[in-house]
Amino acid sequence: MGQPITVTVNGEKRSAEVEPRLLLVHFLREKLRLTGTHIGCDTTHCGACTVLVDGTPVKSCTMLAVQADGQQVTTVEGLMTGGALHPIQVAFKQEHGLQCGFCTPGMMLTSVALLTDNPDPSEDDIRWALSGNICRCTGYMNIVKAVKSAAVQMKAAAEMPAETAAARS
Amino acid sequence: MLPAPFEYHAPRTVDEALDLLDRFGDDAKVLAGGQSLIPLLKLRFASPGHLVDINKIKDLDFIEERDGTLRIGPLFRHKSAERSTLLASRYHVMADAAPMIADPIIRNRGTIAGSVAHADPSGDWGTVLLAMDANLVLRSKKGSRTVKARDFFNGPFSTALEPTEILSEIRIPAAKAMTGGSYLKLERKVGDFATVAVAIHLRMDDGKVGSAGIGLTAVGPQNIKAEKAEASLKEVRLDDAAIKQAAALAAEAADPKADYRGSVEYKRNVVRVFTERGLKRASERARGGG
Repeated sequence: MGQPITVTVNGEKRSAEVEPRLLLVHFLREKLRLTGTHIGCDTTHCGACTVLVDGTPVKSCTMLAVQADGQQVTTVEGLMTGGALHPIQVAFKQEHGLQCGFCTPGMMLTSVALLTDNPDPSEDDIRWALSGNICRCTGYMNIVKAVKSAAVQMKAAAEMPAETAAARS
Repeated sequence: MLPAPFEYHAPRTVDEALDLLDRFGDDAKVLAGGQSLIPLLKLRFASPGHLVDINKIKDLDFIEERDGTLRIGPLFRHKSAERSTLLASRYHVMADAAPMIADPIIRNRGTIAGSVAHADPSGDWGTVLLAMDANLVLRSKKGSRTVKARDFFNGPFSTALEPTEILSEIRIPAAKAMTGGSYLKLERKVGDFATVAVAIHLRMDDGKVGSAGIGLTAVGPQNIKAEKAEASLKEVRLDDAAIKQAAALAAEAADPKADYRGSVEYKRNVVRVFTERGLKRASERARGGG
């Protein structure tokens, strides 16, 4: 019944035997106890369960865990590096890009993929990219601001000479 | 929600996939992007005993123009269509439709061929293929056959595809000079299915219409090819009277049902308005504008 899979989750190889019908989101939440990935609608609408699979945003309630075998998955728990928040996390905090926080992991992961693809997105680009992620609190204004702000921060960090960056950290 | 139990197969070649389909027949389903199939499994509208995942098969994610034909592979995803410069420059109806499919995250995984094989009457790609007079290559262990898009759809979620077959390629006649298209879709919000959508694929020839393809989404038991409207345009000048007449014929071809998205009269009227607007837009694009 069980099918062996190995998925690299947040940089770490995780192996398990899973039932083929197990959804990726349940694998992450229940087998790996990574509960930062939320289940919202369970019907492929809301985007709360968005994770990155090989860098691409995917609704993890609409993909089987066995399909992720051999692939790289990034969840919200993987955004921090070396104890420091990812610029998108800092920006969501500073710009108040959340109220209840339920949609936030999905919002941030979709935003990270957008900024990798397009480091200098317009407001339209941001709204378009996030149109598969639903928020019922903020009215989106501060989410868009947060993504814009993260873009500026990430660009500045990328342009900073290496020794300055090292000296600051 | 959990799907009912099934056995999962991830073949590495098309031949292996066809063997599995041959062995399990209608107890097997092909899994491509999964953005319709997995929700159906979770809702237990479908509970096949075997899932044949084709995502691990190499070389199925392609689009190419060769020998007068645009060829699209089974794993060519909506997102790739949205980003394709080939489609943006020469196949406007497809370039218009791609970003209107569901939402960006779903487009990352969903495929054109999967959507067509799923045959939702509210699906967009079937309509587009009907307007473009596409051919569908259906391959089984026994060999291949080619079916015209107009002969492919048999009703809601029902197609000419046999359980042992895979939709192995979509073939569209390569766009000639002076071809333009458009896809207009009315949806209540991002990611919703169409209330109504109209696909136009138009080739102009010496100031007249060379050929016109018109497809209708979500206004009948399947995607509709508005053949009378298409025929009314053949070799005529695309003036206001011709556009009005074709739009009226397209509205007649629609067979909508009243639901919470709108009444029969409303949907029929949207078909008429979108056919008019779409023909105008397509003809501007055929002339190199818009």
